[in-house]
Amino acid sequence: MKQLKVFRSLVKDSFDVVTHGTVKYHIWMGFLTFMMLVGMYCYSIQLNEGLSVTGMTDRVSWGLYISNFTFLVGVAAAAVMLVMPTYVLHDVDFKQAVLIGEGLAVAALIMCLAFVIADMGGPSVLWHMIPGLGVFNFPNSMLTWDVIVLNGYLFLNITIPFYILFRHYQGKEAKSKVYVPGAILSVFWAVGIHLVTAFLYQGLQARPFWNNALLGPRFLASAFAAGPALIILVLAIIRNFTAFKIEDKTLKKIAMVVTVAAQINLIMLISELFKEFYAPTHHSESAYYLFFGLHGKDALLPWIWTAIPLNVLATVLLTFHKLRNNPKILYFSCFILFVAIWIEKGFGLIVPGFIPGPYGKIAEYTPTGVEIGVTLGIWALGAFVFTVLAKTAIGIELGELRFKNNKN
Amino acid sequence: MSRSNKKWFSLNLSRKQNDDSGTCGCGKTSGGCGSHSNDAEMSEEEFYHAAVNASIGDEREKDGFDQVFDVKMDRRTAFRKLAASLLIGAGAVNTSCSMLSSDESKEKAQIDWEEQFKGNYKLMTDDEKKNTVDRLVRSYQLRTGKTISMSSKNAEEDVLFGYAFNISKCQGYMDCVSACVKENNQDRNSQMQYIRIHEMKDGEGLKFDEADDNYYHEVPAEGHFYLGTQCFHCDNPPCVEVCPVQATWREDDGLVVVDYDWCVGCRYCMAACPYDGRRFNWSKPEVPEEEVNHNQHYLGNRMRKKGVMEKCTFCVQRSREGKNPACVEACPTGARIFGNLLDPNSTIRWVLENKKVFRLKEDLGTEPKFWYFMD
Ligand code: SF4
Ligand code: SF4
Repeated sequence: MKQLKVFRSLVKDSFDVVTHGTVKYHIWMGFLTFMMLVGMYCYSIQLNEGLSVTGMTDRVSWGLYISNFTFLVGVAAAAVMLVMPTYVLHDVDFKQAVLIGEGLAVAALIMCLAFVIADMGGPSVLWHMIPGLGVFNFPNSMLTWDVIVLNGYLFLNITIPFYILFRHYQGKEAKSKVYVPGAILSVFWAVGIHLVTAFLYQGLQARPFWNNALLGPRFLASAFAAGPALIILVLAIIRNFTAFKIEDKTLKKIAMVVTVAAQINLIMLISELFKEFYAPTHHSESAYYLFFGLHGKDALLPWIWTAIPLNVLATVLLTFHKLRNNPKILYFSCFILFVAIWIEKGFGLIVPGFIPGPYGKIAEYTPTGVEIGVTLGIWALGAFVFTVLAKTAIGIELGELRFKNNKN
Repeated sequence: MSRSNKKWFSLNLSRKQNDDSGTCGCGKTSGGCGSHSNDAEMSEEEFYHAAVNASIGDEREKDGFDQVFDVKMDRRTAFRKLAASLLIGAGAVNTSCSMLSSDESKEKAQIDWEEQFKGNYKLMTDDEKKNTVDRLVRSYQLRTGKTISMSSKNAEEDVLFGYAFNISKCQGYMDCVSACVKENNQDRNSQMQYIRIHEMKDGEGLKFDEADDNYYHEVPAEGHFYLGTQCFHCDNPPCVEVCPVQATWREDDGLVVVDYDWCVGCRYCMAACPYDGRRFNWSKPEVPEEEVNHNQHYLGNRMRKKGVMEKCTFCVQRSREGKNPACVEACPTGARIFGNLLDPNSTIRWVLENKKVFRLKEDLGTEPKFWYFMD
């Protein structure tokens, strides 16, 4: 009962905290709410008319939604890069960063689920997928694996920070005996969600562009670059706008993680390009389409040729200590790296899988306004969730939010 | 049954050997699929029916979970009660808003309700199959005033359907395509077509990437030959493996079918099919009422809704009645041959034994039951 009371008071307090703030904060939240409403409006159009309002067709049957989903799974998985040293190796200076990282993971996972639902043709029969109520094609379908690991990971990433914050809220220490096993589990789990998501595509013999053994590892590398890059940016913003203290040392360590991951990612990219272009086979056509266009169809060229130079530039900048240790350059390279990987792992991965089609037909894909609206709405939802979580967490960590027990 | 006396080359790469035994088609080997017993759940059902206050036969509804385990689950009970009370609420609102809410609209609502929460067709007993088909027929009648006939005929024993396509004969008339569209009530708006005819240049072999599968000129065009593709009803279908809810499966007679009411529209199967065999309803499919083919099968050409997958079923509504699919019948050149692979006297067996046949992308191990040959 007492726990319940504490919880109720926590919810109330956190509601207070998130509804109060500076003018800038209110503008930010108002903007996000507006974007979410736009997204909802676009989604209602999609519900009414069907998925025909998107740019997807029988030839390219997955598009912007699944691209974003794939990318965000990576962002979610990256929280682990911070969890590991903090909880397990007792590397204290990661501790503040890790709460932020896990909040980011929760927001990213919520976006993932929202994107999957937005992509479904029949959201009203989604209960067919709930194990126990519907028919769950486990273990045959990788999609069912994905449902399990994503929800499990969401659960872990909600409970661990919640436990810690809940203890801190009451002014108690969080017992490491309780959360360390969970943290270790989530380390493996994070690798799992990413591999399983890669297997979703990798297991399709019909799509040679995806059906290659490097897909899983490359997913991991790019995730561990893009995720922490985003965390660095977020931490920089938090450091600027709140009293929450994040030491330079923390940022530097995360930057190190980003650098190594980006380097590995680049090596794998080279290996992939070599395979596709040194001895091109029939199966290299998708890669040709992506990088050079096929038969005059080249919708993806501007995208990929933005992504590759950004990716290389960011990796080079990060590789030199001098440059990396300069915060301005660090933030800049993190930003371009994030954008580059978003393009590469989203658009650049999903769409070419369908082009050329099974019989070589090239039908291009361009997202429509409605699709972009829904996508922006979901991103706004993620940012909104994250802001709420982060604001509460920061409040508790700074000691502004404490349970006041009247009885003693 | 099909594996033991195969008469065609097989890579034996199949990931899983189905040894479905007995009459149960659910493919479960352990634990029972729930299609053999008929007990339990009456009280709930009574509650359910009392709640919706209308009746359309007293069949029992089972969801996937019940079908799989055939046990009463608290969760399920709770779910259903919740659903029933929601319906009472909705019904109350409905009646208070419209004074004219007739018996018919109640019946419609009742049918919609039961259809929304019915189980997966693959796991239904024959009675349940019949019930859902009756509901759909009645629903169509209530909505349009027209009577359709819908079958829920199961696969027959010792039947395995196969198809052969004579490349030398096909002239690209596309009569098969229009016959297919008519027969299978395909969406006219998006011009959905299961069959694609690829026009290729003579002397260049099978160059699919340079072929035109969407031509609008007089055929046969000089210096070209034609080849048709559609769903090949793979014996080891990758599309079936990937479906997260088992909304698509291989029937015992080899047909790969979709339960349009169970599909959640994730399009994973579409990505998994190497043969461009699947079509998605991106918007509500529309067929002018006077063009609707009223002779339907649950797994075949019944009306689809938006957001679900569909595909060629070898015209299950015809083939299970012993007829040829519409494309075979419509082809003016006799390029299309359909029949029972397990019948040694069938034409298709003659073709397989006497012609040099080949299949597309055999290296993928999907084992299509669709062969090509030349005279
Ligand atoms: S052709 Fe495609 S849709 Fe048809 S059974 Fe094979 S994999 Fe499935
Ligand atoms: S689209 Fe339908 S049939 Fe295809 S995999 Fe998804 S649920 Fe299954």
